[in-house]
Amino acid sequence: MADTSKNAFATWLMRNPIWGFIVIIFVFFSVSNEYFFDLQNFRNILVQTSTIGLIALGMTLVMINGNIDLSVGAVVALAASLAVDLQSWGVFATWGDWAILPAVATALAAGIALGALNGFIVWKTGVDAFIVTLGAMIGVRGLVFIYTREESFFASNFAYSDFGSSSVGPLPTLAVLFLLFTVVTHLLLSRTVHGRNTYAVGGNREAAVNAGIRVGPHMMINFMIVGFFAALAGVTLSSQMGAATPNLGRDYELWVITATVLGGTKLTGGAGNIIGTFGGVLAIGILRNGMNLMQVPAFYVLVILGVILIAVLFLDKQLNRRGKQELKI
Amino acid sequence: MMAPIPALRLEGIVKTFPGVRALDGVSFEVLPGEVHALLGENGAGKSTLMKTLAGMHQPNEGRIFIEENEVVMRTPLEAKAKGVVLIHQELSLAEEMSAAENIYLGELPTKSFGRVDWKTLYAQAGEILKRLNCKFGPQTRVSDLSIANKQMVEIARALTVNAKAVIFDEPTASLTDAEKVVLFDIIRDLKARGVGIVYISHRMEEIFTISDRISVLRDGTYRGTLVTAETNEDEVTQLMIGRSLDLSRNEAQVEFGDVALEVRGLSCGSLYRDITFNVRSGEVVGFYGLVGAGRTEIAETLFGLRTPSAGTILLEGKEVRISSPVDAIANGISLVPESRKEQGLVLGMNCRDNITLPQVDDLTAGPFVSDGAELAIFEQYRDRLEIKTPSWRQAVGNLSGGNQQKIVIGKWLAMRPNVLIVDEPTRGIDVGSKAEIHNLIRELARSGYAVIVISSEMPEVLHVSDRVIAMYSGEIIREFTAAEVTEDNLVQAISGIRADKVA
Repeated sequence: MADTSKNAFATWLMRNPIWGFIVIIFVFFSVSNEYFFDLQNFRNILVQTSTIGLIALGMTLVMINGNIDLSVGAVVALAASLAVDLQSWGVFATWGDWAILPAVATALAAGIALGALNGFIVWKTGVDAFIVTLGAMIGVRGLVFIYTREESFFASNFAYSDFGSSSVGPLPTLAVLFLLFTVVTHLLLSRTVHGRNTYAVGGNREAAVNAGIRVGPHMMINFMIVGFFAALAGVTLSSQMGAATPNLGRDYELWVITATVLGGTKLTGGAGNIIGTFGGVLAIGILRNGMNLMQVPAFYVLVILGVILIAVLFLDKQLNRRGKQELKI
Repeated sequence: MMAPIPALRLEGIVKTFPGVRALDGVSFEVLPGEVHALLGENGAGKSTLMKTLAGMHQPNEGRIFIEENEVVMRTPLEAKAKGVVLIHQELSLAEEMSAAENIYLGELPTKSFGRVDWKTLYAQAGEILKRLNCKFGPQTRVSDLSIANKQMVEIARALTVNAKAVIFDEPTASLTDAEKVVLFDIIRDLKARGVGIVYISHRMEEIFTISDRISVLRDGTYRGTLVTAETNEDEVTQLMIGRSLDLSRNEAQVEFGDVALEVRGLSCGSLYRDITFNVRSGEVVGFYGLVGAGRTEIAETLFGLRTPSAGTILLEGKEVRISSPVDAIANGISLVPESRKEQGLVLGMNCRDNITLPQVDDLTAGPFVSDGAELAIFEQYRDRLEIKTPSWRQAVGNLSGGNQQKIVIGKWLAMRPNVLIVDEPTRGIDVGSKAEIHNLIRELARSGYAVIVISSEMPEVLHVSDRVIAMYSGEIIREFTAAEVTEDNLVQAISGIRADKVA
């Protein structure tokens, strides 16, 4: 019995090599840097990764579904601008701190709506999600510049920026938010009908159609979820900074996809899970934090991260190819 | 008189795939200036043999000779360089490139620095097209050509080398009668130049028109060669089917229930026309015909994947409209599709989830899918269908073909359909599992399902069906009861020999 559980763990680790990788870099940084192994530093890592992490949760669903969303970075900027700008509007002047509520709600609704639009176009036109969301990425960024007139907004209400640096017990609020949504998304993907059908559609769309699954609505829901998470990331990011700039969230789509893919989600769809994505997000967070503490110059960090992305995926391919041969007889 | 040296000769070719002995000691030769037809049922080993000849497969045993020199051909390009060219049934052309580029694909004439020598290319390609009496120039884009002309481009490819043997695989499958005449002229022209031709087809009339000799394969073994002028269709058919079929025919008729499914005058453009038939509950109706005869398309229409242009579908006497698989499933129609890997299964998903895929919405407890309910269904059908898998967690992609097919069947049985359509139930499945699947289909019918089986394998159709419907080129040619049907009249019906229709 102990033997099978050991085997199960080995199999699990082979399928999710990212967690083995995390252990290695964690030990490496703990040994080589005196500031790394520190509770406050761990809190920092969680807060720093929460923005990318939230979006990666949604991206995992979309990618398992066989699609991709490149517009998330632009949605971050739009949601951040809306959330910061709207709370200072005259109509809410008498609302006090409550003015934050409609502002944040509008920002989140905008993210969901843009996700719905992406999903609807992909569903109805059959144009590749890569193209549709590439268009959305360019277009939404343009909207942000039109809306903000190329200016940054600053939150006049300190309650908003206080939220970004607040804590729940020992943990920063933003970290709690991220962990909470990780659990919720994990349950959604692994335990619900929608999650199951997400895998089926991404794994074999034709077989899913033949099983009577309505493919379009599932795709649209997933785009709405990633839109929600991108908007939420925009809100948390702007509350951390107490401001929103029209350039916010640039290149985020790349970091999010990197984290998701590191976590074992396949670009071709049908495979991946939230625990893996959580690992991918953590790996990037630890690497950036650790190298930062070791004072590796920022541009070298990029080079190293790029190399690691390819190396981990190569490793994954090797491990799982051997795994496949084992199962075949 | 000295016998001529064969253009191409095979000796004792053996080719095995995991679990299947596709070719078992096949010997075969084609003389220069001869059209040698290769016949056999689907699965007899024709395409494996042809791929071996063209360098796409390596034989496990046996030798290949070109003009009596032993050769080894590792790739199609190498085979071509040695003078053996295969004209594919499914055209494999780069649609966006010119005819000339396609003709010389992989071996474009070049100038210094790897630049393409367009002048030479177009001149040479133009020369070949002229020899084939083609009415289009070498610069025409392939996507602008008709199917017949695309085939000419394929044939032109064969002529870029000094071909010693050309293999045609079902070349007339998508040609009109007029285009066939042109093709036969070209084959005769090649023959006059001393090229040896291997001609693979199911269609008797063509084979008797064009070939000099006929060789027959059955179950991966060589069954003999006949001289076309000295034989007839019956003799060839007999050689093809053999008498070694130990598959028992249907047991005595049982009482069938009411008509479960009735189709009246169903048509779908050029795919099939005026299809009328019914299936009673408890009955297996087999559809037999060549690939492309419209059988699969009818199944797809019944399952809501195609919209018919005319006709009605009735379930238990009531007219229904089926415009999507969702409708079909709601009406109790299930389809086990032709290719289980592409259309039936999510290969990366585990066995349990594949079986519950169509009904997972109904297996929830609160917001979540109920593990217990799913597992209960999986176990029920695993036991009933004897699916062999180490655990429900096993990814379906790791199971054998037979067990994969049982998963697809189990998935639909779990939906409790009234009408079960099974398209090519045993394609790519080893012999032992075939028998199991056949028995399963019979059992299912006896327990009250109305079953439609579509198959290209005659023994299968004869074995499982209570009635057989023979199709040819989009039409029902004849309907046989189990008592009437024989291998002979079935082969004739699906080869388009219509004399039989009168009987």
